[in-house]
Amino acid sequence: MSENEKVPAKQKLRAVVDQVYQNAWDAKKRGEPVGWSSSKFPAEIAETLGLAVCYPENQAAAISAKHGGQRMCEHAEAMGFDNDICGYARINIAYAAGYEADEKPMPQPDFVLCCNNICNCMTKWYENLARIHNIPLIMIDVPFNNTVEVSDAQVAYIRGQFDDAIKQLEEISGNKWDEKRFEQVCANSNRTAKAWLKVCSYCQYKPSPFSGFDLFNHMAVVVTARCKVEAAEGFEELAEELEQNVKSGKSTWRYDENHRIMFEGIPCWPQLQALFKPLKEKGINTTAVVYAPAFGFVYNDMDEMMKAYCKAPNSVCLETGVEWREGICKENKVDGILVHYNRSCKPWSGYMPEMQRRFRKDLGVPVVGFDGDQADPRNFSEAQYNTRVEGLFEVMEEFNAKKGGKDNE
Amino acid sequence: MENIYTMGIDVGSTASKCIILKNGKEIISKSLVDSGTGTTGPARAIESVLKDCDLTKEDMNYILATGYGRNSIDWVDAEMSELSCHAKAAHFLFPNVRTVIDIGGQDAKVLRISEQGMLTNFAMNDKCAAGTGRFLDVMARILEVNIDDLEVLSAQSTKVINISSTCTVFAESEVISQLAHDSQICDIVKGIHRSVAGRVSGLAKRVGVEDDVVMSGGVARNKGVVTSLEEELGKKIHTSPLAQYSGALGAALFAYQKFKK
Repeated sequence: MSENEKVPAKQKLRAVVDQVYQNAWDAKKRGEPVGWSSSKFPAEIAETLGLAVCYPENQAAAISAKHGGQRMCEHAEAMGFDNDICGYARINIAYAAGYEADEKPMPQPDFVLCCNNICNCMTKWYENLARIHNIPLIMIDVPFNNTVEVSDAQVAYIRGQFDDAIKQLEEISGNKWDEKRFEQVCANSNRTAKAWLKVCSYCQYKPSPFSGFDLFNHMAVVVTARCKVEAAEGFEELAEELEQNVKSGKSTWRYDENHRIMFEGIPCWPQLQALFKPLKEKGINTTAVVYAPAFGFVYNDMDEMMKAYCKAPNSVCLETGVEWREGICKENKVDGILVHYNRSCKPWSGYMPEMQRRFRKDLGVPVVGFDGDQADPRNFSEAQYNTRVEGLFEVMEEFNAKKGGKDNE
Repeated sequence: MENIYTMGIDVGSTASKCIILKNGKEIISKSLVDSGTGTTGPARAIESVLKDCDLTKEDMNYILATGYGRNSIDWVDAEMSELSCHAKAAHFLFPNVRTVIDIGGQDAKVLRISEQGMLTNFAMNDKCAAGTGRFLDVMARILEVNIDDLEVLSAQSTKVINISSTCTVFAESEVISQLAHDSQICDIVKGIHRSVAGRVSGLAKRVGVEDDVVMSGGVARNKGVVTSLEEELGKKIHTSPLAQYSGALGAALFAYQKFKK
């Protein structure tokens, strides 16, 4: 590539994630403590204290996508972890216990950071990690939001834990809390979140300048590096590229866009190609995904930050969950919804039948579910999936024909 | 005017079915072979359906495949999912149909149909094959009875026996245990039918059950399952002697529609 040639944002973003893991290896080599963190633990704390952190969910997704998921899951099962437990947890616990994964190696942890806003399985998973390595577990407990509003009491409860986590991590890192640096880190985090949400918003264009499945790939950055300025810059450049795509009519979705759907849930990483195949064949672009924008934390002060960390797909009540999804469905003009009943994520899948009912009633679009798993390939059947996607396609075609007929009347 | 012949092929998991329609209305030939995808079943079913009406593949104006193995025949004009085909056939046979329950070899599905015969919603079984035709095959084998005799046996039942496991393997153990306790075979069969009905009615209630309810697929031939489902749903269920051919019939009807376009 010549000097004048611009490096595509996609490439830069990939390098940002690689650097996160490289930083952790370097820290380990220097004898500094390395942490493992759940994806929605307030990353601002470790970043302010200059601690290197790796992300087990991101690692598990990468291992699964490279077809190592089953091997790791089976190892965890042999250790005594039931196959009903989240596939990410099984993969990571097997790795923590010393079972290697060349697909995505990362240094073993010296402390773990757990926030259960993602789900409560996370708590037990991280307790196991702490026990396996006999290391500190820094926990931030976020109660389920059974109301739409986050109360002041909840904010105070989380703030207390946030401050306590700072103290514990000051001890682990040997560094003092620097308020100025914290402000800068928060500014980076907000800048990344805003740029990320802007990237997600380009799905609203018709045709969309990209495939929603691209968002799943970029998510690694927002999970692992949202407090880093390089992440913000990468997403800003990606947004510019998408803006150009809109203007020039280009798209990373290289097929027809006969229909636009929302993909609900985490993708089946081991079977991304199988997921994609019938969609591209039928010209069904995914223009809305719930999982991706859920990582866009924007806040203006500490209270808002606490509130932002209260809201994750599995920690909000049905009303909030429906409102989020119906909002992005309308914004991104979808004419169907494909729901992943994820065997690894029971809290998420558990409220989907009621959500499906609401989507149908409120949006008037067909909604179809399929069985799968985010990490364990044994829980997915390609033939079953294909039939369901074809069924969804045929119903969307019928709906369109009916709409077209009415328009012509 | 020259006649229009269309063929529908339903390549299922356990059986292959074909239908030839004349002018989109009249069934002039049908065939069924008890071997599904990956076997010689589809080829034999096609050969037989053509032979019966003395026509050739070249006489067909349009051929459409459906079912689990629909993509395994590369010379057809089009493929469609069995969901739309079952909906189409049910509307053809029962114009007032709003709900279709189809239990095939390895899946169960419930379809919601609009007044115009349009498929508007559906639900299918999850990865587990409990409550499908294969489940009944396994149970018949353990009981050492013919699958076709299940209907008559369940009608003789006088006692309620619960087969509570949804898993085929565990249900098999339950049946063996009932046999060991000298339970009557007819009562066990009724329990098996109620177990299938319980599972499928859960799917049906999820999409909403509205009259008229039609049952299609091979299992619809078993009046015992139909009765148990009627009891479970509190609704009259209509069946057709062509229940097992529904997928193929729907495919032939779509083939006609596509040819006319």
